[in-house]
Amino acid sequence: MSNMKTMFDLNQIDSQGGRVDLNSNQQASKEVVNALEVRNLNFFYGAFQGLKDINLNIEEGKVTAFIGPSGCGKSTLLRTLNRMYDLYPGQRAEGEINFYGQNILESGQDLNLLRSRIGMVFQKPTPFPMSIYENIAFGVRLYEKLSRSEMDERVEWALNKAALWNEAKDKLNQSGLSLSGGQQQRLCIARGVAVKPSVILLDEPTSALDPISTGKIEELINELKHEYTIAIVTHNMQQAARVSDYTAYMYLGSLIEYGKTDEIFIKPKRKETEDYITGRFG
Amino acid sequence: MDVEQYGEEARVKNMINIPNIDQAIFAKRKRANKIGLALSTGAMALGMIFLLWILSVLVFKGFSALNVSLFTQSTPAPGSDGGGLANAIVGSLMLVGCCTLISTPIGVLAGLYLSEYGDRSRIAAITRFVTDIMLSAPSIVIGLFVYAFVVAQVRHFSGWAGTIALALIAIPVVVRTTENMLRLVPGSLREAAYALGTPKWKVAFMITLRAAQSGVMTGILLALARVSGETAPLLFTALNNQFFSTNMNAPMANLPVVIFQFAMSPYDNWVELAWGGALLITFAVLGLNILARVVFRKKVQG
Repeated sequence: MSNMKTMFDLNQIDSQGGRVDLNSNQQASKEVVNALEVRNLNFFYGAFQGLKDINLNIEEGKVTAFIGPSGCGKSTLLRTLNRMYDLYPGQRAEGEINFYGQNILESGQDLNLLRSRIGMVFQKPTPFPMSIYENIAFGVRLYEKLSRSEMDERVEWALNKAALWNEAKDKLNQSGLSLSGGQQQRLCIARGVAVKPSVILLDEPTSALDPISTGKIEELINELKHEYTIAIVTHNMQQAARVSDYTAYMYLGSLIEYGKTDEIFIKPKRKETEDYITGRFG
Repeated sequence: MDVEQYGEEARVKNMINIPNIDQAIFAKRKRANKIGLALSTGAMALGMIFLLWILSVLVFKGFSALNVSLFTQSTPAPGSDGGGLANAIVGSLMLVGCCTLISTPIGVLAGLYLSEYGDRSRIAAITRFVTDIMLSAPSIVIGLFVYAFVVAQVRHFSGWAGTIALALIAIPVVVRTTENMLRLVPGSLREAAYALGTPKWKVAFMITLRAAQSGVMTGILLALARVSGETAPLLFTALNNQFFSTNMNAPMANLPVVIFQFAMSPYDNWVELAWGGALLITFAVLGLNILARVVFRKKVQG
């Protein structure tokens, strides 16, 4: 229980933005810490049930990938994890999602604070209509009061994390929209990283990008997983195999199989999973 | 050359002798196409002829009235020579300027409410309905309304009353364009802002409104273009003033009403001034429209 970190405890994040204390704890104890635990989750779009009785754990400091055919509910699951669905009337979730022990589906949660702890990057790059610098400073200013020089440092740090610093350092004052698609997506990742969340949700982050940008973002995911818990939805099975530690195969709103990526891709237990992975289905 | 001729011939031949094509239907299609094209070109030409006619008469008659004294002297007394439109120009600028100051915040905030907060609520539906009625309300009705509620109460015509009447016409335009422009902002941008933990009001003001900035500006400029030519609501509110005055609490000269009165007067110099004023106001509106287009195009590129 000493490892438990509630979403409201911002103090556990050190000045460098890493969660060094937690990582060292984990290494010492070697026990598995789950950032998110999903229990008996059902999700409804009005009368349509989008998710059926989902149970799974997302381990801290690992990359968990969700794969499955279109409409299987993988994006829906991701959007329940930071309660993005809450923006739309008629969508509701039942069950439990425990974020370091706290059930975020309970009423009375501060959703803004929750979303600052569980960041999200979307399929299409969505730079804000402001400069590159401001794109990153915007989120940071919401919950932290930094001096000008501290903010400069944070922006550089975040852009470095997203492997964008070298390309963007000379045009920090230009519009975020002036970047290429792949750069815009990395800017969005930098923006998400800059607020120092503990979990980052990636919803098909490379499906609108060319192979080179995709490669850069995959490298980035490998870098980031040392400090952040990552959940990624992808249409690309090779990508899931390359970047993730755990893989969940979903179909028609149900979780069919969930386990270590190596096992899922080499020796899936369920026939459905094997069919999907080998391309006989979907 | 031989080859080309041969090719051309073959092409024409092929077009006519394609198997499986009913020649009668093909000919009918071509005929219908020609008729449709002729009708729409004719309609376009008719519209353009009248538009250019109006503009050319305006330029022809108004251009001779354009001189320095038009901008430096106030409207002349009956029977006196010369004179200008300085008081009406300044009055119009003040009325329209104050109208902008009133209608921009109200219109933009109401549009923001409709698109970001109200959305599907009952209040929003009612607001939208009322705004649409206001958009098409005859401007003279709005003039009478302000006359009854402002002028009749304070017992004198005033620049403020004129400004209020103009603002009532401009607000619905700004509300509707703001709402429509905000709706064009993709939902993914809002979601991205929420995903950082941004509170709703900040998403609305700092992300959505900013993304729709140039569209909203366009709406405001078009509303200005609309009100700057309005005459009817000013007849009952700002009225007119023969002298130069910047007192918003007193009757105020303005171009539309001056044009209205001078154009119907028996004095030649008054009629000439009316033409000059009409030219000024037309070019001001034209300029606003062009500016609105330029502003909007910037958005599309950036």
